[in-house]
Amino acid sequence: MLSFALRRFALAALILLVAVTLMFLMIRAVPGDPVQIMLGPRATPELQARLTAELALDQPIWRQLVIFYGNMLQGDLGTDVFSGRSVTQIVFQQLPFTLELIFASIIWSAALGILLGAYAAAHPNTVIDRTVAVLSVSFVAAPAFVVALLSLLLFAVHLQWFPAIGVGDGFWDRLDHLVLPAFAIGLSWVGYIARLVRASMLEVLGENHIRTARAFGLAERRIVMVYALRIAILPVVTVIGVGMGFLLSAAVFAEIVFARPGLGKLVIDSITTRNYPIVMGSVLISTGLFVVSTALADLINAWLDPRARTST
Amino acid sequence: MTETLLEIDGLSVDYETERGDLKALRDISFDVRKGEIVGIVGESGCGKSTLISSILRLTAPNTRFRQGEVRFKGQNLLQATERQMRDLRGDDISIVFQDPMQTHNPVLSVGQQMVDIQHRSSASKAEKRAKAAKMLGAVGIPDPEARLSQFPHEFSGGMRQRIAIAMALMSEPDLLIADEPTTALDATLEVQIIERLRELQREMHCAVLFISHHLGVIAELCDRVVVMYAGAVVESGDVREIFHNPKHPYTRRLIECDPGHIKTRARVLPTIPGEVPDLANLPGGCIFRDRCDQAMDRCAQEVPPLERLGEGHLAACWLNHEEVSA
Repeated sequence: MLSFALRRFALAALILLVAVTLMFLMIRAVPGDPVQIMLGPRATPELQARLTAELALDQPIWRQLVIFYGNMLQGDLGTDVFSGRSVTQIVFQQLPFTLELIFASIIWSAALGILLGAYAAAHPNTVIDRTVAVLSVSFVAAPAFVVALLSLLLFAVHLQWFPAIGVGDGFWDRLDHLVLPAFAIGLSWVGYIARLVRASMLEVLGENHIRTARAFGLAERRIVMVYALRIAILPVVTVIGVGMGFLLSAAVFAEIVFARPGLGKLVIDSITTRNYPIVMGSVLISTGLFVVSTALADLINAWLDPRARTST
Repeated sequence: MTETLLEIDGLSVDYETERGDLKALRDISFDVRKGEIVGIVGESGCGKSTLISSILRLTAPNTRFRQGEVRFKGQNLLQATERQMRDLRGDDISIVFQDPMQTHNPVLSVGQQMVDIQHRSSASKAEKRAKAAKMLGAVGIPDPEARLSQFPHEFSGGMRQRIAIAMALMSEPDLLIADEPTTALDATLEVQIIERLRELQREMHCAVLFISHHLGVIAELCDRVVVMYAGAVVESGDVREIFHNPKHPYTRRLIECDPGHIKTRARVLPTIPGEVPDLANLPGGCIFRDRCDQAMDRCAQEVPPLERLGEGHLAACWLNHEEVSA
C-alpha cells in the first residue's frame, strides 16, 4: 500500500510538471501585449521597458520557464502587477472559498447519488427505480449556471429562504451561504452518480459472490450495503476524482452568479486584465488540486479494493 | 440411516421468456436420506443448476414453480417464507458453487467473510475467527490464522475451493450441495479435494447432493446416482447398479463417453451425436428419441414413464418394456 502511494504520487508530480509547462506556453500564446494592457495607453517607453524586464518578458521563452519554475519551487508565484502583493498570498486567500464550495457540492451530491443509485439497483424496474431514472437524467441535463440562476431567483429572491450573494461570516452563516451555490453545482452530479451507481451495482449484484452471500443467509441489507456497494462504488470514486476538474469550472459560474469570492472569479478577473502572474498562480493551484484529487481517488480505490494495490 | 432428509416430489419448473415458457425441470422426483451421498449427472443444460437453485430458492425472478414439492425434513420449501428460507441457507443446507475464482467477495478478507457467515452464532468475533481458522486447517490450508487476513485473489483456485468447502461445512449442515465443485480444477487437485470432502463428510455425517458431469468422481464418491437429461430424470438408482447395469440408452452412452472408461487408444473421443431438444418447444414422446440409436415408433408417440426395474433402480425407457414392443 505504501509503495503504491509513493508510485502514485510520483506520477502525480510528473503530470503536474507537464500540465504547468503546457499552461505556461499557452498563456504566452494569447494575443495582446501584456505590458501595454497593464500600463494603459499613457505609458512611457521607459515604464514599458521596466515592466517587461520585471516580468522577464524580454528573455527567451525557455529562460522564462526556468525562472518561473525556480521561483515556484521557492513558493513564489510572482507579484500582482497592480497591487504589488504576493500572488501566493492572493491565491491562497481565495482558495478556501472555492474549496468549501467544491467539497460541499461533492459531499451532498455523492451521498444522495449513491443512496438513490443503490436503492434503485436493489429494486430494479419498480416505480422508485423509474422515478430515480427520470430524475437523474433531468438533473444531468440541467446546466449548472441555469440551475444557479433559477435557484437564485426562486429560493433567494422570491422565497427568500437563503442569502443570494456573498460567503457570510462564522460557521452557520457560511453554511447558509453555501446552500444555493452547492445545490446548483451538485445537482447534475446527483443524477450522474445515481446512474453510475445503479449500473455498476446491478452488475455487481449479478456476480457469483453475491449468490454465495445469499446462500449463506446473510441479511439482504448487509449484502447490498457492504458486499455489493463496496465494489460498485469503485468507479464512482474515480469519476469524482476526475470530476474535481469539472467542479472547478462549474464553480466559476456559481462564483459569478452568487457574487462569491473564489479561484474562479479571480481567474476570470485577471484574464480580462492580462494579469499573468495571478492567472498562472491560480491555474497552477487548480491544476495541483485536480492532480491531487485524482491521485487521492486512486488511493481510496486501492484502500477499498485489495486487487488494485498489487497491480498498476 | 434411512431417514429421508430431502424429497423432491414431482417438481416442474419453468422459466418465463419472450419465446414462451422454458420447461427447465419436468416432474423431477428423488430423495436424499440422512448421511447419504447422492450424485446428479447430466450434460450442460440438463437442469442441474436450476434444480439446486430451486432447493435453496435462489432462483432468477422469471422462475415459475409449476408443480411438485421440495420437502426438507418434511417442510415444503416452495411454500416457506423468505425468512424461513434465510434461516435454512448456510445453516441446515449449505452449498459449494462451481467456480472457485468468483465465489468469494473480492474486496473482503477471507477471515471477514468467514466471520460474517457465522451471523447466527452469538460467539465473540475472536471466537468466530478461531473457528474459521480451525475450519481452514481442516480443509488443508497451511498456516490458517495468518491466511485469514488475506484476500481471495491471494489464493490459488484449489485453495479457494477448499475455502468454499470450509465455509459450507462450518455450520455443520445436514445437507451439503456441491455444484460441480471440482470442474474448474485440474485432475490432481480434483482427487485431493474429493478425498478431503469425503473425510469431512464422514466426520460430520452430513448428506451430500453432488452434482457433476464427471462419472469417475460420481462412481468414486456417491451411494446413489440420478441421471438427468433435458430437465427430466431418465434413470436413478444405486451407484453400482447404474454403472454395471444401465437401463437407459442415455446412461449407457454417457458411460461409453467417459474418457476414464475408454480402454483402447482412440483418435477421436466418442460423443453422443445430436443436440438437447429445445426446452421451450419440446417434442412429444421420449425426449432422448432423436439421439437414441435404439429408438422405436412408440418412442415418438408416448413419453416413457420412470419405472421401477429392480431394488431402487428406476429408468424411463420403452426398451425395458419388451413384451410391448415385441
